Amino acid sequence: MLYREAGQFKTTYVADQQIFPILQDRLFVLAVIVAAFLAVPMFASPYIYTEILIPFLILSMAAIGLNILVGYCGQVSLGTGGFMAVGAYAAYNLWLRVPELNNLIVVFLFGGVMAAAVGILFGIPSLRIKGFYLAVATLASQFFLDWLFARVKWLTNYTPSGSVAVGKLEVFGWHVDTPADRYLLILGLVVVATLVAKNLVRGHIGRSWMAIRDMDIAAEIIGFRPLRTKLTAFAVSSFFIGVAGAMWAFLRLGAWEPLAFDINRSFQILFMVIIGGLGSLIGSFLGAAFIVLMPILLNQLPGWFGVRMSTALLSHLEFMVFGAMIVFFLIVEPHGLARLWAVAKEKLRLWPFPH
Amino acid sequence: MTLRKAVLLGASIAAAGLAFASAAQAQNEQFIPGLIYRTGAYAPNGIPFANGVADYYALVNERDGGINGVKILYEECDTGYATDRGVECYERLKNKGPTGAAYVNPLSTGITFALTEKAPIDKIPVISMGYGRSESRDGSVFQWNFPLLGTYWSAADIIMQHIALKEGGFDKLKGKKIVLVYHDSPYGKEPIALLEQRAKMHGFTFTPMPVTHPGVEQKATWLQIRQNRPDYVLLWGWGVMNSTSIKEAAAVGFPRDKMFGVWWSGAEPDVRPAEGGAKGYHSAMLQHGAGQFGVHADLKKFLYDKGKGSAKWDEVGEVLYNRGLVNAMLGVESIRKAQTKFGKKPLTGEQVRWGIENLELSAARLKELGFDGMLQPLKVTCQDHEGTRAGRVQQWDGAKWVVVSDWYQSDDKVLKPMVDAAAKKYADEKKLPVRDCSKES
Repeated sequence: MLYREAGQFKTTYVADQQIFPILQDRLFVLAVIVAAFLAVPMFASPYIYTEILIPFLILSMAAIGLNILVGYCGQVSLGTGGFMAVGAYAAYNLWLRVPELNNLIVVFLFGGVMAAAVGILFGIPSLRIKGFYLAVATLASQFFLDWLFARVKWLTNYTPSGSVAVGKLEVFGWHVDTPADRYLLILGLVVVATLVAKNLVRGHIGRSWMAIRDMDIAAEIIGFRPLRTKLTAFAVSSFFIGVAGAMWAFLRLGAWEPLAFDINRSFQILFMVIIGGLGSLIGSFLGAAFIVLMPILLNQLPGWFGVRMSTALLSHLEFMVFGAMIVFFLIVEPHGLARLWAVAKEKLRLWPFPH
Repeated sequence: MTLRKAVLLGASIAAAGLAFASAAQAQNEQFIPGLIYRTGAYAPNGIPFANGVADYYALVNERDGGINGVKILYEECDTGYATDRGVECYERLKNKGPTGAAYVNPLSTGITFALTEKAPIDKIPVISMGYGRSESRDGSVFQWNFPLLGTYWSAADIIMQHIALKEGGFDKLKGKKIVLVYHDSPYGKEPIALLEQRAKMHGFTFTPMPVTHPGVEQKATWLQIRQNRPDYVLLWGWGVMNSTSIKEAAAVGFPRDKMFGVWWSGAEPDVRPAEGGAKGYHSAMLQHGAGQFGVHADLKKFLYDKGKGSAKWDEVGEVLYNRGLVNAMLGVESIRKAQTKFGKKPLTGEQVRWGIENLELSAARLKELGFDGMLQPLKVTCQDHEGTRAGRVQQWDGAKWVVVSDWYQSDDKVLKPMVDAAAKKYADEKKLPVRDCSKES
């Protein structure tokens, strides 16, 4: 009843090709963005910012980056943590060594560009190896980058413990110190990044990625160059992941060691993409929300209902329930949460009179 | 815009009202968060420590009715030794209770590094007893950090002094080979700077060998050790890494009495899994060792006889359990000290910070608290947030830990210039103001 497209005629190509062709979708997304920018800052507490919204947004961006590579171009990667580390340490070194450029936008973009360069380098093997074998090759990049940041002392400015810290962050004179400021900056960047990603994947570049994903030989025969297509996917994907890594380090952690970007981070983001939905941007957000927020929720839920239990039992329960939920969702909907979202929309179209 | 401002104003008034109401409602309670781990790869070591901390707070509430009548409200949060979960726990707990967290014990060097950045903003002191960043003992730069009882540089220095004594002086170390097997994290890397400095001074070769988290795979490291045949191996491990190292040392036949662990590698869970293989293994002591002292009698009387203890009675008195007690006691005494200035009521983190910075425990006071034999007197000052730099060395005889050395003091002639340089670098990098300690009362 509410969600019906009857009567919405498209008379131009522009109207037909917009991101959200249905009016209700447009309004909904607009409302979400406005709420995120205006309503959230009125109510959120520092805890909500620093532990819920900021990690969710940053990891959503990393998930979008990985989704471009895995979901849209079909190249499995286990090097996400390593590419995030490249973004973080490149940004750190620019911030540290060139104080004139102490502007987070510039610093983050530099982190992204460096990550893209490294991503292209490690993407080259994808021309020869495919599937699981490529996953193993990217795993090598993860371990190499871990090793690099732990051992090359120059990159961590010779700190004795290998842990680096940043402070006094600003964007065009705006000091981003409070959690609210950080949230707004991250939100802005994520919105822009999502818009860019959306336009890339529905344009000719995205279509070439999908052609390679669906059948690379056929794609080559109809004229897509695999080298260029695969490497652009690696570059774009790593760029997003690198910016997310820089944001994670600067705006979430403030002080970090290479351990913050270890293999577990790679798996975490890959799980977000798989559970959220391969080849779907909304899936990246849903997957990030699920993986980031569910453990915290499970850990606090008993306390909210006044159930007292030991810390150890609580943590073990968290692991068990979370694991069971992952299995449950993958059985119920192997195509991820994004598919559930799409099904819900289909049902809403017919509501309240289903056939 | 004006509407938004009005709403914001309204919300903040409501929030302030709410905070006031809850403050008035809450009884006389001081909130202390506990970042601990009872799960994960580090649980064997995390559990006894957490039990010790919980028991001491419970004891203060049961025996004395709190700190001068202010009850302690203690809440645990399981970090699993992961930095991001630790920060989440901290954010979750920092504002609880009528006055927020008194202080925080991160119980992980990684979490300490992350919280070091947050402490000055939230005004909550970080007590990293026997861990954390070594240069943070310089209170003029690290106002909010308190690595009480000793840093890793102190630990490494004490171990080197002990080795030098065995060899007959530091000059005898020339040409020796010393290997450090360390947990590849900020924790494990901390002592490297000092050991490199000592290597330069005395002409021994120093080789650091990293072990990746969680440390169950060390075959390659120990194969290298077997080939290199070092004279001594220092161990900077935690959790399962410790027992694995000792087992591997036994497997490659490296003499265990030439192995020296840091004080986090010298507890019962580290040596017991290696069974006979651990006999002869040494470790530094964060002053105290295992055993039962005055305070344990009170624990039995007020908690364990009533079935309120969190551990089993035969675990009470283990090394890490005792360390939990010491950790909690130092916090409680800091709050007590702060109460002499700010009044016998729940205090904020900022007020407790003053208490820690002016903490002084005499031998008589330690005896009163039941900690004589475990600790030496200590005095924290603005310039020195460590309080004391004393330590001993213990050896596992196959069934229990035996103290095998006299007290050592880490050599400040070596440490002080390193601390100053590192603290200055940190302050410069972050463009931090430096306090003038001579002007502090």
